[in-house]
Amino acid sequence: MSALLSVRDLRKSFGGIVAVDGVSFEVHDGEILGIIGPNGSGKSTLFNCILGQLQPSQGEVRFEGQDITGMRPCDLNRRGVSRTFQLLQIFPQLSVRENLILAGQEHQGTMTTRLFGPRDAGLASAAEKMIDFFRLRHLADELASSLSYGQQKLLDAAMAFMSGPRLVLLDEPAGGVNLTMLESLRERLRAINAEQRATFIVIEHNMEFVMALCTRIVVLAEGRIIAQGDPASVRADEKVIEAYLGH
Amino acid sequence: MNARNIAIAALSAVVIAALLAAPYALKSYGLYILSLWAVTTIGAIGLNLTLGYAGQISLAQGAFVGIGAYCTAILTTKYGYPLPFTYLVAFVSCFSIGWVLGYPALRVEHHYLAFVTLAFTTLVYLIFRNEEWLTGGVSGIGGIPRPVMFGYSLRAPAEFYYFCLANLAAISLAFWGLIRSPWGRAFVAVRENPVRALSLGVDTRRYTLIAFALGAGLGGISGVLLAQLVQFIDPSPFSLTASLNLLLMVVVGGSGYFFGPFVGAIVAVLLPEWLRFSGGLYLICYAILVMVLMAFCPTGLIGLAGRFLKPVSKPAPVPAREQTT
Ligand SMILES: Nc1ncnc2c1ncn2[C@@H]1O[C@H](COP(=O)(O)OP(=O)(O)O)[C@@H](O)[C@H]1O
Ligand SMILES: [Mg+2]
Repeated sequence: MSALLSVRDLRKSFGGIVAVDGVSFEVHDGEILGIIGPNGSGKSTLFNCILGQLQPSQGEVRFEGQDITGMRPCDLNRRGVSRTFQLLQIFPQLSVRENLILAGQEHQGTMTTRLFGPRDAGLASAAEKMIDFFRLRHLADELASSLSYGQQKLLDAAMAFMSGPRLVLLDEPAGGVNLTMLESLRERLRAINAEQRATFIVIEHNMEFVMALCTRIVVLAEGRIIAQGDPASVRADEKVIEAYLGH
Repeated sequence: MNARNIAIAALSAVVIAALLAAPYALKSYGLYILSLWAVTTIGAIGLNLTLGYAGQISLAQGAFVGIGAYCTAILTTKYGYPLPFTYLVAFVSCFSIGWVLGYPALRVEHHYLAFVTLAFTTLVYLIFRNEEWLTGGVSGIGGIPRPVMFGYSLRAPAEFYYFCLANLAAISLAFWGLIRSPWGRAFVAVRENPVRALSLGVDTRRYTLIAFALGAGLGGISGVLLAQLVQFIDPSPFSLTASLNLLLMVVVGGSGYFFGPFVGAIVAVLLPEWLRFSGGLYLICYAILVMVLMAFCPTGLIGLAGRFLKPVSKPAPVPAREQTT
């Protein structure tokens, strides 16, 4: 079985700091891969290198067998790779519905139809579905800035799915989210994985969340992979325990 | 329809009725000033797209108005081309130059972009002044015609005033359509959070260039009308001051609001006439207004009006941004 995404010997340094130090892994169709590791172990940098926000110093990234190393984020997104950021990234001046339509509109039609065609770019029903799916119905017409932090996190995640991506990279989706919201986020992610056959890579700090959500886990420490495997075996791994307790 | 929309619709109806009735109440000088307001508003609408919607600062809008004006002056008086053709030439030239001028916006920080556009404005001004073979230098170009439509001349102040209003109406409608289209949403996204927009497939580079180019193109159209209005042009109205004025209009009116440029142009074009009796006091008042407004209401007069019309407004939290470079 060929990999959906394969990362080979990826390296990224900032001046003297080596943030990602030769990371290689693969993600297969339908998987939910978790990436864990202490703060500063290079998880976000790894995402940014995969997604073209940063140019890797070395290494190769392939998506569906094609080399996508250093491709512009918007081109990558149109190929079906979507993401969220560690820090919340929504458009506070737009309503919840507008945020969602924006998140999908560049995947619809051409520049011409986006100028002269319908205002919703044909995404009205898709946006309504997403609003229901993430249980934001009562907030659909509110400005995104008026939502609570947890609701904004849900919206942030929902936006990543509007284009029907094949692969979604989520950077700490549960960060700062309260327990009830956390439960609903995990359950929604699982449902979308099953229904749309979307493949996920999830960076997460919250161990409970990762263990319950992911099918496989990669552990990073100081820019290197120190362990990988299914949740149970990673939890028992001594190097992992040491990396976590050591910090 | 909520109370706010009703208020806006009612106010717009009153203003439109007053504008249409103006020729029955005003003499030719009054109509000249109102025509100038309409023409200036068009230029400010263009800058509002670049600055207010797409968030790119430009100190070049006055130069684009100048390019449009000189296109019209040169093509009609020296080569005898019809006016509609000069619209096309002015729009296409300004659009193309604006596109090229937008490239620095993709690489440099905002204040550098101000310098790039400032240098451009100075360059264009020098060309207007020094290239006498083309522009007539400081002695300018006179005898610019006014339009003839269906054999009916629009020379007289009232007719030409209606012609300017019609232009403003058409451009406003087109602009309304633009900002309500997915393009408008993409412009706002590029302004608010370019990193996230890019990750959602929005080609921020392309939209930034389009915003620059379209804004410049509208500046050109404003210039075409200005040349017909004043019928004589020289370089002086197209110095850096003109660009700064347009920038102030957009900001004072409310950048990023549809009606911002209309209000800003009232303050910059009509108010000085109404306050003529005050002599130099007007400029002082204007300067103070700008400072107070920027300190207490950076969203301009429209933003201020919005506060009164919508008393319960929650402050928008500043979006967190990921460091990525
Ligand atoms: N833009 C940057 N410039 C310099 N150093 C950076 C930059 N981004 C991240 N780093 C460094 O790279 C290392 C990994 O950071 P990061 O990828 O954010 O870790 P994580 O997401 O695992 O917490 C840290 O030491 C951090 O200081
Ligand atoms: Mg991180």
